Amino acid sequence: MNKSIRYRMQRVLFYLLLAVILFYLIFPFYWAFRSSITPNSEMFTTPLSYWPHHPTLEFYREVFGDRLFMRSMLNSTIVAGSVTIISLVIGAFASYALGRFNFSGRSPVLYIILAMTMFPQIAVLGSLYTLVTRFHLYNTLPSLIITYLLFTLPFTVWVLTTFFQTMPKELEEAAYVDGATPFQVFWKVLLPLAAPGLVTTGLLAFISAWNEFLYALSFIQTPENRTITLAIFTFNTNTTGGFELPWGKMMAGTMIVTLPLIILTLIFQRRIVDGLTAGAVKG
Amino acid sequence: MDGKAATDIPIETPKSQPSRIATLRGSQTRTAWFLLIPTLLVVTLVALVPLIQTVWYSFTNARLASVQPTHFVGLKNYRYLLHDIAFRDSIWVTVKFTVITVVIEFALGIVIALVVNSNFKGRGGMRAAMLVPWAIPTVISAQMWKWMYNGIYGVFNDMLVNKLHILNHNIAWISQPNTSLPAVAAVDIWKTTPFVALLLLAGLQVIPTDVYEAATVDGANTVQQFFRITVPLLRPAILVALIFRTLDALRVFDVFFVMFSSRASTQTMAIYDQQNLVSFSDVGYGSTISVAIFVIIGIFVVAYVTALRVERT
Repeated sequence: MNKSIRYRMQRVLFYLLLAVILFYLIFPFYWAFRSSITPNSEMFTTPLSYWPHHPTLEFYREVFGDRLFMRSMLNSTIVAGSVTIISLVIGAFASYALGRFNFSGRSPVLYIILAMTMFPQIAVLGSLYTLVTRFHLYNTLPSLIITYLLFTLPFTVWVLTTFFQTMPKELEEAAYVDGATPFQVFWKVLLPLAAPGLVTTGLLAFISAWNEFLYALSFIQTPENRTITLAIFTFNTNTTGGFELPWGKMMAGTMIVTLPLIILTLIFQRRIVDGLTAGAVKG
Repeated sequence: MDGKAATDIPIETPKSQPSRIATLRGSQTRTAWFLLIPTLLVVTLVALVPLIQTVWYSFTNARLASVQPTHFVGLKNYRYLLHDIAFRDSIWVTVKFTVITVVIEFALGIVIALVVNSNFKGRGGMRAAMLVPWAIPTVISAQMWKWMYNGIYGVFNDMLVNKLHILNHNIAWISQPNTSLPAVAAVDIWKTTPFVALLLLAGLQVIPTDVYEAATVDGANTVQQFFRITVPLLRPAILVALIFRTLDALRVFDVFFVMFSSRASTQTMAIYDQQNLVSFSDVGYGSTISVAIFVIIGIFVVAYVTALRVERT
């Protein structure tokens, strides 16, 4: 009797804790959503309504009608997409070499790659800035595509290398006995097996490129070339008439930008967790 | 036919086998380096050359788009750096931010990891919810929180003043000097704690359950089990996560920049550096700050790695 009461108390406390954690994780997101559908007349009155009396989609219409904002969505897609593809293609070659070949110079290369995954981007900002201007890439999307490789490529190589290393050796040996070249082994045998790893690293590369801000802020000048993080940031400087920032429109914008990311994350959650922990724990 | 093959093999083998292995190994090495070429080129272009260039610029008066030719100025920039109060303040802000966020993220992270590691309905959903703050761009989470901090219409003020009656007046969380650092730390903690929890969770799942069963049989209670089994076995995961988080926190830029722009009293090292490099086009002095940041981060890495090594022996 006493024991079962104690057990029940523990269960209740446990679920209470769980509820608190869930609330903490979700509430800021809920608040952004609530603000994106609350008309200005309710948004800027106190006391606040925690759910709008007259929900509105006006802000979403405004965002979708905003040519520059939509342009920045497109820019971010182009940049993050290109960075992901380049990282995966050249990263897969490198990690095949590092994961399946035994050659002198392997460990130094591996250490350089590992060191680079922790490389502070700010340390090379000045040099990249001069590089970008010298090659007349200032205020262009290629300036971001090239410089983003600094943080996506080493991570991709590192995680994919651990992926290639865990594959059984017999697969390759059987193919070599049948007279396959290393390239054929890579293309026909190992790459298909590495597909889950490619999805994971590709997704992580895409997300980190999509979320980047420092280089975009430094290398992009005109509104047409802004990426999405810059566009969201510049809401800070666009007061539309009144004394308050256009919070409703900003929150509608954040919803539109984060929704694809959240859907992607939820679909691939297992893979992402595996990739994140492979990058960190095994390192 | 049979006899011919039998005589062929013993003659051929001693001569050709070692050289065949050697050529195979040679071709392996060649193939490997060939496959590495694109990656090494990119790494050289965007990391190694810029890093060397940064060190070189730090000894010059380089300016962007300047008519003045760049020339060597020796240690002038470094001498200036030693007396630069703004930089010293930015180090202080960054280190305070790093300590606050890393400590709280680990405290909360371990609680969340332990909770999610136990058995309950909807565990998968919980794990998914943990990824939500992590997936949102920092710029966006900063804007979301900035709105919640709003001095008049922010939800925090409304909750604390009108609903819970903890405060009797609204607080300007972001502009008040004594609340601005905790405010920005809270955003980072919200975004990153789930990430820490996921790393710790991965570590927890490796610990075999029979260790706990044995401890229960021996009469150890939950608290003892936590400190005597969980923490020691989790140590490698904790240290690795600690390194990652510290390095990330030391180079923090986005969340501060969105919340405060480049307000002098709340500048991190990275913001101060970016201002010098881009806004003032002072590539020479900015590079000096970059080198300093690199060294400061390096000191932390060395400290952690030594701690790890001591741990292992």
